[in-house]
Amino acid sequence: MDTFFHQLDLVLPRFWSGVWLTVEATLLGGALAFVLSFVLGLMLRSETLVLRGLARFVVEFFRGTSIFVQLFFLFYALPGLGFQLAPLFCGVLAFGLNYGAYGAEIVRGSINSIPAPQWEAGVALNMTAGQRMRRVILPQAWARMIPQFTNLLIQLLKDTPLLSLILMADVTYVMQQVRQASGNSIAAYGLVLLVYLVLAYLLTLIMNLLEMQAKAKLGEGRGVRGLFTARTAPGGAGSPGGEGVVGP
Amino acid sequence: MNWSAMGDAFPSVIAAFFKVTLVSTVVGTAVAAALGLVWAILGRSRTRWVTVPVKVVVEFIRSTPLMIQLFALWVLLGSLPTEVIGIAMLGIHFSTYMSEVYRAGIDAVPRGQWEAATALSLPRSHTWRAVILPQAVRNVLPGLGNYAIAMFKYTPFLSVIGVGEMVRTAQDYGSNHFEYPPVFTLCGLIFLAASYPTSLAMRKLEKRLGH
Repeated sequence: MDTFFHQLDLVLPRFWSGVWLTVEATLLGGALAFVLSFVLGLMLRSETLVLRGLARFVVEFFRGTSIFVQLFFLFYALPGLGFQLAPLFCGVLAFGLNYGAYGAEIVRGSINSIPAPQWEAGVALNMTAGQRMRRVILPQAWARMIPQFTNLLIQLLKDTPLLSLILMADVTYVMQQVRQASGNSIAAYGLVLLVYLVLAYLLTLIMNLLEMQAKAKLGEGRGVRGLFTARTAPGGAGSPGGEGVVGP
Repeated sequence: MNWSAMGDAFPSVIAAFFKVTLVSTVVGTAVAAALGLVWAILGRSRTRWVTVPVKVVVEFIRSTPLMIQLFALWVLLGSLPTEVIGIAMLGIHFSTYMSEVYRAGIDAVPRGQWEAATALSLPRSHTWRAVILPQAVRNVLPGLGNYAIAMFKYTPFLSVIGVGEMVRTAQDYGSNHFEYPPVFTLCGLIFLAASYPTSLAMRKLEKRLGH
């Protein structure tokens, strides 16, 4: 155990930069996925067949092929086709595309789940289509999307160790080195599991804050109690866990 | 770029798909479905001494990465074949997701069913086996199926502990022949060909069971 802490101490700055890389990849990948979720999700609801078909193809393609294959394709195969991307860019792109495809179903499902009278009320008040979406539908759909986005974000965080396979010095990679140097595998893997657990909990906390704020705007606030609720079913509708449109 | 490498790599890749990837998915799903039910039933126990530890373990496993769990179990049980370790960890990891499906499915069985079982003074084990679970099964089937498909797409993670599954086989071929684009494209197409129809079928099943 002493050698373990000694070795950890030796690489401590690299350990923290590894943690930061994991966080960075999660947040950047999550941001790209978030944008794609809305673009693809709204396209899935489009009345134009071409737009809808295109979005459906992209969503099914990225949900149907494994994230593992997507990342390896970007990192190993693209250079063979003449495109060399920076490893972090490969990671962010793969996470963004994969999780954006899952997120698109969340956006589509949440918007569709808003009761029809809400749309009708918007029409009755003579709102334009844009106003209806921005002021009536999206604020309600947004509150329903957040818990599902939380699950996706945690899932994404748990996929970031893939970065160590494309030789990026994320926290997994650094701890593999500590493990080899100290010979204490149990301590090394125990610690790295703990790091992910803490990160997952922090992200859940932040997302719960967002959800509280969204619900407060709708007058459905539950106060600070909502902050400490655990995640609900991992992978409900449209997440990597649940393929279907409707969650279990 | 030599796209005919796709055809050359096909026999070994598809063999690895059937022998390792598919077998891991099927056995892993069976382990996850069984263990998930155990978590769900223990989670409804009357004593906190059971429910709290179960909750902690399940929460821990589902909040941490599968890849690190694979490494950790490999270190703990190094003497076993990597295929066994990989399938076991895949099953354990996904059982924590499936337990949530079971929990929801069991909660959806009307309270009156429990009360009727009490009124008939059925023993608790009998209540589970003869009354609750048969009704919960139809609630959980689509959810379990969806996680089975998800597990299928996570089998490449087994390659990190040296299991020669499909993507590993393709990668080996690619590095030996300097032909990465065709072999990874092949992997993607096989994944798509297997998972898309299955997820369509799951959606149909979901609709038929009235979800």
